[in-house]
Amino acid sequence: MTRETSQHSIPEQNARMQETKRNLLLCTPALIVLFIAASGPLLVMLFYSFLTAGDYGGVEYRLSLDGWFNVFLFRDIFDDVLTIADAHVSIFWRSIRLSIMTTLACLIFGFPTAYFIATRPRQSRNFWLFLVTIPFWTNLLIRTFAIMEVIRNNGVVNNLLIDLGIIQQPIQMLYTDFAIMLGMTYVYLPLMILPLYASMEKLDFNLVEAAYDLYATRIRVLRKVIIPLIKPGIVAGSILVFIPSLGAFVTPRVLGGGKNLMLGNLIELQFGQGRNWPLGAALSITLLVIVMVALLLYVRNAQRSGIQHD
Amino acid sequence: MTSAQVSAKPFSVRKLPGFTAVAITCFILLYAPIMVLVGYSFNAGASLALWEGFSWQWYYSAWQNDKIQEATILSIIVALQAAFYATVLATMAALGTTRTRKFKGQTTIYTMINQPLMVPEIVTAVALLICFATIKQLTDYHGLVYLVLAHTAFCIPFAYLPIRARLEGMDRSLEIAAADLYATPWRCFYRVTLPLMWPGILAGAMLAFVISLDDVVITEFVKSAGQDTLPTYMLGQLRRVITPEMNAISSVLLSVSILMVSLIFLLNRKKT
Repeated sequence: MTRETSQHSIPEQNARMQETKRNLLLCTPALIVLFIAASGPLLVMLFYSFLTAGDYGGVEYRLSLDGWFNVFLFRDIFDDVLTIADAHVSIFWRSIRLSIMTTLACLIFGFPTAYFIATRPRQSRNFWLFLVTIPFWTNLLIRTFAIMEVIRNNGVVNNLLIDLGIIQQPIQMLYTDFAIMLGMTYVYLPLMILPLYASMEKLDFNLVEAAYDLYATRIRVLRKVIIPLIKPGIVAGSILVFIPSLGAFVTPRVLGGGKNLMLGNLIELQFGQGRNWPLGAALSITLLVIVMVALLLYVRNAQRSGIQHD
Repeated sequence: MTSAQVSAKPFSVRKLPGFTAVAITCFILLYAPIMVLVGYSFNAGASLALWEGFSWQWYYSAWQNDKIQEATILSIIVALQAAFYATVLATMAALGTTRTRKFKGQTTIYTMINQPLMVPEIVTAVALLICFATIKQLTDYHGLVYLVLAHTAFCIPFAYLPIRARLEGMDRSLEIAAADLYATPWRCFYRVTLPLMWPGILAGAMLAFVISLDDVVITEFVKSAGQDTLPTYMLGQLRRVITPEMNAISSVLLSVSILMVSLIFLLNRKKT
């Protein structure tokens, strides 16, 4: 802007203040709604996590640390002995394990796919990207339902395997950890492909060619040239898949069949049958903190590598 | 590419063995389950495994189902309202945060607008449940406002992104020209800025509509008794006996999303 001179006259300063005032005014309505229905409730939840659980759901307004205590510990109702809450620990562990496996599976499938798109002629890349984004914008529940139908005992996959004579009995895939992982991979795969593609698009193939000229093998080129160059994309994609996997609710509920719980389902339980709101609130905040740490890593990675992100 | 390599098969520096095969498999796998789902919605039999011929009967019976009708109407009412409010609010916020010098509080505003994208849905859902359940108990009001409010909030970032992108890519000279020709700020906005940013607004509104229409988690926790939207109705049904009616609803919802996303894609392409 040419208007921006080194000296700020008083009218200039006034104009600036007016502009800032106008900007804030324009943002206020959106911020009010977001405060009422997004950030405000998080603060209320934080407060609720320090209250006492009511007998029939809800809370009693007495301060207590029981909610936080119960995240990992279990107090015996008869003799007050504290033990580690095995059930919770195992659900945390399953959530983290399944999320890591999902991330790896997405990477294994997403990497070649993103590479394939990035090496298409420029005009057709948009088309392939569009094909990746379409499922992403369609209903998550429906995509999960689609997976459910495909892997049922009398679903397409089992029927096909039986028809081919590979198996005699249908394999029980639905309602297992494998089903949850498969579903999450299917649902979150676009989140891996898009950032991978973004960094592969910028890949300078002259470097790749130079490596080949120096008699590097394909594997070596992949390991020593391509992967190091697109590492920011790999990190970004992995975090973007890991975060929603960890907080997944619908996919484990539908494909896990109510017994293979993940964190999201454990949280839900506290507001349904469990009737322990403070514990549910504490669990939610724990999940939120883990996600925030992951996001922080993501932003750091993006800043260091100069990835554009909105 | 240099053509220095002389061999039977031209050597391409871009090719990696097996990658194309995996990529094609990946694309097929992305679409196959959806195709199977849509395919069985046309099955003449009630089975989700045996193909018994083509028929529209499941669409017809879904159409006849009162519960589904109610859920559809509610879904549309909530999505239309949420998309409208979210788009208006997001347009204002986009006007306030783009094409301006950095001002104090800008980072806070960005963080707040993007919060629904960053916080896991289940966490927001539970937080809303805690707040709204308490308010419901105190006021005994169980109307649609809670759902519309919650949907509006999480739709704001989705509406905001395309509008902001559009604004940032817009040429300022037309507006400056209008101002030079003594157009009042309002007139200038109404006659120049708004028509120019229209494609962004439209894209934002459609995105918000699709996002609201598809939401399961937050709706499931915020809704009062009897307020089922299509996705929460489906979530409830998935635990019971599943009929191809579900496939029919899914197919319709899928078509709506795909149509909207394609339109957004076209809207954005026209710009360049």
